[in-house]
Amino acid sequence: MGEHEDREAQRRKRMRSIAIALALGAMVLLFYIATLVRLGGNVLNRPM
Amino acid sequence: MTDTIAPYVRDGLTEVEGGSVGDFVALMKPRVMSLVIFTALVGIVVAPGPLHPALAAIALLAIAVGAGASGALNMWYDADIDARMQRTASRPIPKGRVTPEEAFSFGMVLSVGSVLTLGVLVNWVAGALLALTIAFYVVVYTMWLKRRTPQNIVIGGAAGAFPPMIGWAAVTGGVSLESIVMFAIIFMWTPPHFWALALFRSGDYARAGVPMLPVVAGERETRRQIVIYSALLVPLAVVPAVIGLGGITYGIASTVLGAMFLALALRLWRAEGEAEQIRVAKRLFAFSILYLFGLFAVLLVERVAAGLTG
Repeated sequence: MGEHEDREAQRRKRMRSIAIALALGAMVLLFYIATLVRLGGNVLNRPM
Repeated sequence: MTDTIAPYVRDGLTEVEGGSVGDFVALMKPRVMSLVIFTALVGIVVAPGPLHPALAAIALLAIAVGAGASGALNMWYDADIDARMQRTASRPIPKGRVTPEEAFSFGMVLSVGSVLTLGVLVNWVAGALLALTIAFYVVVYTMWLKRRTPQNIVIGGAAGAFPPMIGWAAVTGGVSLESIVMFAIIFMWTPPHFWALALFRSGDYARAGVPMLPVVAGERETRRQIVIYSALLVPLAVVPAVIGLGGITYGIASTVLGAMFLALALRLWRAEGEAEQIRVAKRLFAFSILYLFGLFAVLLVERVAAGLTG
């Protein structure tokens, strides 16, 4: 594998890693939002 | 035909350097996904009852990802025949940009992720239906029927018919007559749609050893079957107006679009000469997409308009 192909392969790998990170981040946000929506006003309704 | 059933061997691949993000997006069959998203959206909108917009968006996303996952698993299993067909030869696996193992892992992770997300965050009836859809497409259609019988797309079509039912279940938590009717419309639509495609791609399917109807039973029988299924589809597509799922606009639209569909199917039946048959088959294929999109679009617009005025 030449140097150019090597760089290209590395670039693709990096882009894939970034895409996975973004997808995981979005997933966390999704579950957070869904939890708030499902609990609704009950978020504040807890014993102090 | 037995050689086509052999599992895909990696020796045939060109050098793999790892696919780009775009290759993995391509594995999800974005064009198929768009029709899935649209019909699922209609299922969500026309279903009675409240669903928070954020949860509706999550349901839609999960259904879309589930559809993409089944696309990836389909490409994993079918890489050998994809490589032999002009239409699919440039897909990421036959091109050697993604390994079958990568596609399999990608598809499995997305399948499990989308079903769990839909089940946990929305409801488990919708989650179970999504799991059933993925299993049906990958196991029943891709692995079992596609290479064995010309009825492959008739039965396998059920997988493409589930999305509005999943959308409906996301809102109501159940299955009812309305969602079964939406399912039935797409189910009946699939054979004439795919057989029209198969008529002008039969060389491709024959090369790959896929027993599509024109390859096995000939183009004349295929055109006859297209007319039969179209004649069943067209009245069925009017049923939503009868059971109150659609209104008067839907009733008119489904009748007019149905008449056009049937007219094209009959024209294909009567078409003389190969060139003319291919020309009409292409028109029917293109119109069938417009037809299904039109039916669901009218259902959607009617319901949104009713929401705005009422």
